[in-house]
Amino acid sequence: MSGDGAELFFVDAIRQALHQEMERDERVFVLGEDVGAYGGAFKATDGLLARFGEARVIDTPVSEEAIVGAAIGAAIRGMRPVAEMQFIDFLARAFDLLTNFASKNRYRTGIGVPMVVRGPAGAGVHGGPFHSQSPEGYYLHSPGLKIVVPSTAYDAKGLLLAAIRDEDPVLFLEHKFLYRRVKDFVPSGDYTVPIGKAAVRREGKDLTIVTWGAMVLVALEAAGILQGEEIDAEVIDLRTLVPLDEETLLSSVGKTSKCLVLHEDTRTGGPGGEIAATLAEKAFEYLDGPILRVTAPDTPVPFAASLEAAYLPGVETVLAAARRLASY
Amino acid sequence: MQTIPPDTELQIYRLMVRTRLLEERLSNLYRQGKLSGGLYRSLGQEGCAVASAMALGDGDLLSPLIRNLGSVLARGVPPRDVFAQYLGRATSPSHGKEGVLHFSSPELGIYAPTTMLGTMIPVLAGMVLGDRMRGLATVGMTYIGDGGSSTGAFHEGINFAAVQRLPLVLVLEHNGWAYSTPGEKQCRAARMADKAPGYGLPGVTVDGNDVAEVYFAVRQAVDRARNGGGPTLVECRTYRMKGHAEHDAQAYVDRSELETWREKDPILRLERSFDARGIVPLPDREQVAREEGALLDADLSAAEAAPLPSPETAFRGVFLDETIGERARRGTFTGGLP
Repeated sequence: MSGDGAELFFVDAIRQALHQEMERDERVFVLGEDVGAYGGAFKATDGLLARFGEARVIDTPVSEEAIVGAAIGAAIRGMRPVAEMQFIDFLARAFDLLTNFASKNRYRTGIGVPMVVRGPAGAGVHGGPFHSQSPEGYYLHSPGLKIVVPSTAYDAKGLLLAAIRDEDPVLFLEHKFLYRRVKDFVPSGDYTVPIGKAAVRREGKDLTIVTWGAMVLVALEAAGILQGEEIDAEVIDLRTLVPLDEETLLSSVGKTSKCLVLHEDTRTGGPGGEIAATLAEKAFEYLDGPILRVTAPDTPVPFAASLEAAYLPGVETVLAAARRLASY
Repeated sequence: MQTIPPDTELQIYRLMVRTRLLEERLSNLYRQGKLSGGLYRSLGQEGCAVASAMALGDGDLLSPLIRNLGSVLARGVPPRDVFAQYLGRATSPSHGKEGVLHFSSPELGIYAPTTMLGTMIPVLAGMVLGDRMRGLATVGMTYIGDGGSSTGAFHEGINFAAVQRLPLVLVLEHNGWAYSTPGEKQCRAARMADKAPGYGLPGVTVDGNDVAEVYFAVRQAVDRARNGGGPTLVECRTYRMKGHAEHDAQAYVDRSELETWREKDPILRLERSFDARGIVPLPDREQVAREEGALLDADLSAAEAAPLPSPETAFRGVFLDETIGERARRGTFTGGLP
């Protein structure tokens, strides 16, 4: 990789990935609501229409089933569609197409569905119940579907390129809070970040915080404060939930013996339970304390700033959980 | 009145007979408890599936619904594949992962539907969209029923296809029943084809048990699609002569209605037409039935002799990369031990 590149916002890294992959591979196209002339609700597809035209940048009707369904069909016939959900909450309208059709097609028929469904997820921007959800738990339970959740601009580009090139369907969750808040060095050239590999964002020896998406920022801030209390926290950014990088997870917990799972999805049936169970099964003899979960509560995402702040897992909650865990 | 070319008409006849005799064999297997799952008959509707599929061209795409056995036979699927699907054998096109007509044979342009009705409309729209991008003049055809036309996927799919002027033909088999629910509880429109103008599309209604009407209406829709004219909705009026599946005694059906439709049987209709025109005499038809019976018996024997899929294949084929999650899937049976 050359040293060329620039500090880019998260959303600009996504747009660069789409642009470059459409240049590189004529099978790649995007479809979704307002992805063309408007450039997407968050401008992730801005400029693609001017460069690639209406045939490859398709403004669709307000029809999530049609968007995901058409992407499935095109993928089956050899294209590489990237379907945008204007907000990932709207993917619920196409739940059947994604979970029953795209995810199961290889198993049922032997034909893979190399498509990406991407869109903004997560709270923190006062979007209310239907523009703020973290839907990992719904889709985690769907064998055949990969789930990618980047937390840096570098990963956003590299993971999106890997997702488009993947032979199986990928749900690509972009935390909207990160779009124009996270900025880091993004090489201008072609590179991929492998799907299924976690990143250790901060090394530590006392406890492990396992997280992903925008919660990586919360975890790192908490870890910085814990350092002052002589609690040395390791922060693992899973980056992909399916496949889960059990190796990195087990290796970290094998070292620290304590684990806290932090996620913005709601608690019951969320990924934290699955991660905790995996550790209980495979790392029981290493554990020196309970596996704790810091998550959003089992409520819809509220609108008002004060309510949303109460809803979101924050640094203080993580600190309290980490201190408790460290005391074991 | 247009007439179907003689070879094509005879082939339609043969395929309807093949469909009916195949289902009769499946029905016997069902009663003997040899089928792994349910059986969804197309008795009385064979004409729609066969004649519509015969109107497609080489390289075109088709996705059947549960009662469109005749359409996949018309596209060249061998009966042994269908038997193997119903029997859950390793030799089935889905290798036992799926049953019934839920299999893909991409070399024949056949793509498996899911059970959820209407989903093939947006998916097939995407297939022909992809083919159009690749410079192919492929036409796609799929089916929906009077019940399935009430789904959101129907609406979203046909509307998207209309907006994109995609080469899609949607055959709406109006057979009067969605499981036990009659057509008038699905839709207030006088004709199901009346849904089409709302999408800016032509919608035609034909006698679904008259293979010539079906063939020419679909042929015209296929030509329009291939020439850039966009989708067409072809409503075929027909009747479901059996229950939803073999377990369903259709107690909710008026017996006199069944009698009326028995007289409109598509095979009987075509045979009467043969008689009226003095072609395909009875010995020729008996010859067709004998040949089809022999083919089906041989294919059924082959399917029955085939092995069940090996149990470890249950864990394979979820992702291209077989290592993903494999331990977890196997772990289901080992209490989670690595």
